[in-house]
Amino acid sequence: MVWVNAIVQGILLGGLYALFACGLSLMFGVMRVVNLAHGDFAVLAAYLALVVITGLHVPVLWSALVIAPLFGAFGYLVQRFIIQRSLDVSPLTTLLVTFGLSIVIQNSLLELASANSQSLPSGSLASASFQVNGQLSIAYESVIVFVVAVVVLVGLQVFLSRARLGRQVRAAADDQEAATIVGVNVRHVYGVAAAIAFATVALAGVAFGMYSSFDPAAGPQRLIFAFEAVVIGGVGSLWGTLAGGIILGVAQVLGAQVDSSFGVLAGHLVFLVVLALRPNGLIPARIS
Amino acid sequence: MTVMTERVSRSRRSATWSAVGGLIVVCLLASLPYLVYANVTGVLVNLFILLALATMWNLLAGYAGLISVGQQAYIGVGAYTVFVLAGNGLSPFLSIPLAAVVSALVALPASFVLLRLRREYFAIATWVLAETFQLAVLRSDSLGGGTGAALLGIADLDPTLRQAFTYWAALAVAVATLLGAYLLLRSRFGLDLTAIRDNEVGARSVGVRVALAKRIVYLVAAAGAGAAGAVLIISQLFVQPTSVFSVQWSAYMIFVALIGGLGSIEGPIVGTLVFFLLQQTLADRGAWYLIILGSVAVLVAMWVPRGIWGIVTDRFDLRLFPVGYFLHAASRLRDAS
Repeated sequence: MVWVNAIVQGILLGGLYALFACGLSLMFGVMRVVNLAHGDFAVLAAYLALVVITGLHVPVLWSALVIAPLFGAFGYLVQRFIIQRSLDVSPLTTLLVTFGLSIVIQNSLLELASANSQSLPSGSLASASFQVNGQLSIAYESVIVFVVAVVVLVGLQVFLSRARLGRQVRAAADDQEAATIVGVNVRHVYGVAAAIAFATVALAGVAFGMYSSFDPAAGPQRLIFAFEAVVIGGVGSLWGTLAGGIILGVAQVLGAQVDSSFGVLAGHLVFLVVLALRPNGLIPARIS
Repeated sequence: MTVMTERVSRSRRSATWSAVGGLIVVCLLASLPYLVYANVTGVLVNLFILLALATMWNLLAGYAGLISVGQQAYIGVGAYTVFVLAGNGLSPFLSIPLAAVVSALVALPASFVLLRLRREYFAIATWVLAETFQLAVLRSDSLGGGTGAALLGIADLDPTLRQAFTYWAALAVAVATLLGAYLLLRSRFGLDLTAIRDNEVGARSVGVRVALAKRIVYLVAAAGAGAAGAVLIISQLFVQPTSVFSVQWSAYMIFVALIGGLGSIEGPIVGTLVFFLLQQTLADRGAWYLIILGSVAVLVAMWVPRGIWGIVTDRFDLRLFPVGYFLHAASRLRDAS
């Protein structure tokens, strides 16, 4: 029963990782950019949530509704003014620039907020859970996050396949020049993709802040989790991302069950094994 | 009789001057422990470690096009190798080259997984590798686990002597990496690397063995980082997994190489000096110098991709470490016949 519990918790944790990873997957699929500051933006969102919660005295879920659109707008600007410029220089530059942003965000948070770890007060939600039986209890919080993750992934899938703007995103991802010829404003569309990615990062950052404590240096670890989820699931497919997140979550929780310090390491090992076995299979299909 | 002809040469007068100048600088630096207090040489030890790291990272990124965010894996391997060897009675100073060898040996199997990956995957996979090493050390009691490990073997040495030796070791590692990079790039292999730097597909099409070249560079960079890590544990007499495997190291080497200029040997030297000045000016401002350094690096990467040294070479046509060929167009040469 301990193992069943671990697997259920791992699946729910996987929902969080998938929510966190879909922004990374989207930006990589559309712009071919791996945003090395992805995790730091999530931590930034969590700190903003802390400000909103204490400033406006609203519950944590409402703060996410404030921060996600804010982050979307922010993401559009970051794409148009920073990432696009580095893409124009060379693909290597995007890695260097986003890594630079990561260090700048981490240290700015350190200056503004101190190195103390924080967590988001989730109130009565945190303690509430339903008992399936004696050993298996499921926290509402993690179910909510899992449901949000699935809703976001489905919404994204529908947007990309049905909406006019979503089809433009796919066109720009497939062939930038051809998309331009048929009248797509590729730079704007890239901005839109980044805006969506950043909005999901904000949601994931807030969710992460409810799950576990965070500090200014927590970003890189989160980026790695997100990236592992993307790679294990296979880039380009949003359902793959969900599967990857779940595999990573289950591996971590099962690892921690063996030995409390083995959890994260187990996730890394699964990731490295997947990379070693399927380096070619990992060259992504375009977002479709 | 004189004719007008083209001539190709490997170096120019500036190279002779820079060789002489470099020798003088190294001699001066080597004599510093006799001239200044240990706090000065202590700061310089950190400068040399950074210079060695940035030089190696520049080989990786500036020439082989490999963006690694995980070279701290080998800093840690180097440091812990010295710790283990010292525990078995070997002098830590003599362990430095062994630490470099061990790092390269660890890098060899890793390279077979990592070098097959595309750019973005490579960057993050190197990072995950460093994290994995850190987690493995954290779990290892014999390596001191999370509390870290104190280096035995030189702690009982006279402090003045120990600091002087440490300083010389750091200087030696920095000079060795610079000289190593220079000689590597002057060799035929360097031509391959420069070709890869300029156009990877083109290089492949004219018969450059790109995969082999990248593997060699990766191993050399790991060895350099291992030697730097060895000096690090000797200068601090202590190693802690969370600090030695910290991604902060990658931030330092990337910023230094970027600001100085990728794809040249002089770039990391210039970058290290800039970093050093910034660090000294902003030392009591906490995290600010990393914020400023990071912002400058981002701006440089976006607007001046070839860094400070790129501007210098464009403006003054100056090369201190000539690794290419110079074409002297239509200079007057005495005809032998």
